Amino acid sequence: MLVSKISKLVLRSLFKKPATLMYPVIPREWQERTRGHIGIVQEDCILCGICSKKCPTNCITVDRNKRKWTIERMQCIQCGCCTDVCPKKCLTMEQAYTTPETFKVIDNFDIPQPAPKDVPVPKAETPVEA
Amino acid sequence: MGKRTIIPFGPQHPVLPEPIHLDLVIEDERVVEAIPSIGFIHRGLEKLVEKKEYTEMVYVIERVCGICSFGHGWGYCASIEGAMDIEVPARAEYLRTIWHELSRIHSHLLWLGLTADGFGFESLFMHCWKVRETILDIFEKTTGGRVIFSVCKVGGVKKDIDKATLREISETVTKIKSEIMELADVFLEDNSVKNRLCGVGYLSKEDAMELCAVGPMARASGVRMDMRIDGVGVYNELGFEPVTTDEGDCYGRVKVRIHEVYQSIDLIKTAIDLIPEGELSVPVSGPVTGEYIARLEQPRGEAFYYAKGNGTKFLERMRVRTPTNMNIPALVKTLQGCDLADVPMLVLTIDPCISCTER
Amino acid sequence: MSVQSFNGRNIVPVESSELIERITDLKADGYRLVQACCTKVSAGFEILYSLDKNNNLLNLKLTIPEEEEIMSITGIYWAAFIYENEMQDLFGVKFKHMALNYGGHFFKVSEPTPWNPKN
Repeated sequence: MLVSKISKLVLRSLFKKPATLMYPVIPREWQERTRGHIGIVQEDCILCGICSKKCPTNCITVDRNKRKWTIERMQCIQCGCCTDVCPKKCLTMEQAYTTPETFKVIDNFDIPQPAPKDVPVPKAETPVEA
Repeated sequence: MGKRTIIPFGPQHPVLPEPIHLDLVIEDERVVEAIPSIGFIHRGLEKLVEKKEYTEMVYVIERVCGICSFGHGWGYCASIEGAMDIEVPARAEYLRTIWHELSRIHSHLLWLGLTADGFGFESLFMHCWKVRETILDIFEKTTGGRVIFSVCKVGGVKKDIDKATLREISETVTKIKSEIMELADVFLEDNSVKNRLCGVGYLSKEDAMELCAVGPMARASGVRMDMRIDGVGVYNELGFEPVTTDEGDCYGRVKVRIHEVYQSIDLIKTAIDLIPEGELSVPVSGPVTGEYIARLEQPRGEAFYYAKGNGTKFLERMRVRTPTNMNIPALVKTLQGCDLADVPMLVLTIDPCISCTER
Repeated sequence: MSVQSFNGRNIVPVESSELIERITDLKADGYRLVQACCTKVSAGFEILYSLDKNNNLLNLKLTIPEEEEIMSITGIYWAAFIYENEMQDLFGVKFKHMALNYGGHFFKVSEPTPWNPKN
């Protein structure tokens, strides 16, 4: 005779493997849309500054003269506004969460100068039809 | 007549889930009077409308509470959309309803676990929260966040759910129904649980209407009141009827919330079958003028959102009145005459969310 | 009809002298108190009372200058003490004959009337 109505459930889970994960020793499998942190593809950025204006917490700073793109990791709320409005689509939402630290993390990225455009080699001339 | 002592209860207490402070006047282990006082989590979020534009204010309002966060985002967007006379596309309304009902299931499961912990039944608490984890995985899969979704915006929603994921949600929700029925059997039929719940904190129907109680607290006393009957969202098309019982004590409130979980599962499956194709949002621009009030049914009761604009891109006033705010007088009434050991149970049955109350 | 006045804009202005009579009539009619809130405007304070019956919402708006004392409605709806204490602590609205008056200490703020600063 079982003592309580939950006895069957408890005995069953005694013999199953645990439902919890030893995180962070065992790394977690992230889902596809998980909002972890913001990443930037530095070569595509044109330093327009739209992401900085749209950010609700003002955590992005864009310096045109020094060609730097800065983000304060602890201010960012991973809302995704900057990734939506970037005209060159160089900002992405990465999946891993920011690691806990004891100081406010600020990440600086140097934006390289845009590569000079190559002069297109003219192909074999086609006669212009009159 | 025994000697009266005053015992301060909270805000830090091992068995109290929320930081509310009660001064209990007791006489020989029986509570005669209770005086509440709040203010430990007051962040003044409503005053931030002066600094943040109305499109950015969504992120602040969502963070009023962690458990009912989607409801706050939806209510805020509904009040601004009403003031600006914006028509939200049908697919966005269905998606918002599906997320809100999933939010209701996870909130009730969290509450059931805390109630079990409140009377010392830790294994039941852990099993309730294990079922809740599957719902949080659905949230992460569709919106990207487990607790704060950031998916509602003025004019619609930001992300879409495709057909395959919708079918998966439907199957997951059907699968957890059998697990919840097993846990509900423990809550409603087990003798030791019934000893702690039956007859404790009785609130009659007249008292519930006199003290203007909202949510499951009033529905357990027989008052048929639910904002989903005529409110925002597509509940009219899904065929909805509020759940009420007549018991009026803690047992009745547990029963109402368990039946609401079953009802939410049915509503989600119906909404997934009926969802239409269409756009996700409409573009929004321009300042807000005029005022508008939106109401919706959060897991804890009726929530009220008042938006007043003054012609600039900042709002003049944003008022959020959350359901726990309205249930505190009912709590004070049920505490009169109960045993000292039942005080944490009674504080838990109004489903307190003090960070909502004090914003 | 019911959806249009469920949410919405059903706001009726009222004078402070007829406030108590209006609210007593509405309570006898079966209305339930939903909330009471305050906004600071240039003319003083704008207080909004919301009442509901069968999902129809009726709002009463009262505009008073800052120094005027108004009657508390806790004699009619006891549950209004929460809203009136909050308005008293945050804005400095003065109420007469409040049933449960915390005297400005409901919210434990560090400076008095923070949402209506004196300077």
